[in-house]
Amino acid sequence: MGDLFVLAISCIFINNILLAQFLGNCPFLGTSKKMETAVGMAMAVVFVLVLAGLITWVLDIYLLKAFNLEYLRTVSFILVIASLVQFVEMFLKKSIPGLYAGLGIFLPLITTNCAVMGVCLINIKEEYTFVEAAVSSFAYAVGFGLALILFAGVRERINLARVPKPLQDTSIGLVTAGIIALTFMSFKGMV
Amino acid sequence: MAQSLAKEFTKGLWAEIPPFRLVLGLCPVLAVTKSVENGIGMGVATTFVLVFSNLLISLLRNVIPSKVRIACYIVIIATFVTIVELVMQAYTYELFLKLGIFIPLIVVNCIVLGRAEAFASKNGPVLSVADGLGIGLGFTLSLAALGAVREFLGNGTLTIWEGLPVFEMGAGFLPFKFMIEAPGAFVGLGLMLCLMNLIGKK
Repeated sequence: MGDLFVLAISCIFINNILLAQFLGNCPFLGTSKKMETAVGMAMAVVFVLVLAGLITWVLDIYLLKAFNLEYLRTVSFILVIASLVQFVEMFLKKSIPGLYAGLGIFLPLITTNCAVMGVCLINIKEEYTFVEAAVSSFAYAVGFGLALILFAGVRERINLARVPKPLQDTSIGLVTAGIIALTFMSFKGMV
Repeated sequence: MAQSLAKEFTKGLWAEIPPFRLVLGLCPVLAVTKSVENGIGMGVATTFVLVFSNLLISLLRNVIPSKVRIACYIVIIATFVTIVELVMQAYTYELFLKLGIFIPLIVVNCIVLGRAEAFASKNGPVLSVADGLGIGLGFTLSLAALGAVREFLGNGTLTIWEGLPVFEMGAGFLPFKFMIEAPGAFVGLGLMLCLMNLIGKK
């Protein structure tokens, strides 16, 4: 139990998926201009990442490794993630319309969010057990949401500031992200 | 013909150079540019995937039904990524270890899918290859440039091949470690983007 807690803390803060591992940076910059979109994206990622992490883990252990088909990992993982996203979208539309309206446009974007594929690959690479894979998927997704929402908050304030012309938009966004990454670096050595 | 070929090729080198003009595919850019060597390796791998997926997609553009086109593109791209992965594992094993999960992650690099959707699905094979080569070369150059800045400031060296530095600062140089850590990647890219905006103001 203690090990799992340490794993969760290290996935959320120390190895934060956005700021330390650099995965999922396109939606990080793309959906962080407004708080609402950031929250929607964060929720969609938590939802899909946990499902994808578990399904790809089962697929890898019971199908790919069992039949020595590891070279098909990239192709099969991306297919699983793409079809999972489609499936989740259809399911939510039909049974939980409220949630669908909230996540709506962010779901299809997740297919090309490398955070999802990245965490699935990390789970395999680190040889996590099923429970560890579940914890790490959830914790990475929470870390993603945390960094995204923090960043969106800062970015909303930047919109009010007078930024020099060449630095505007993405440029100042990246520099700000760098400073947030610096604060996350101070978590190093915590575990 | 030759003129439009040259146009498609050169636009990737300045007018639409990723990731500066097209802000896509940032993850590998930030993650692998700790040194010039890693940047070039990643750039070449991405270029290979871009060129061949563009070629195949443009050859098949009249066969692929438009409703399932994204899925088809992803399968084609994933196939070439697997080829790159296996080739790198066999011939450049050290680089393969350094780039780690970022090689399979070329599949979800938005640049590759973006070019397939925006260019290869509408143009002939020759133009598509030129487009892929141009964008890929531009991407490689950007990665190498960012890698050079980060490696030079953060480590005081410039390495192009196999860990042998072609340039090294004297012992009195205090490396600016911040640049090769995570925050340096964001700040470095942000400031380079600012520089590009200053030079190439439309």
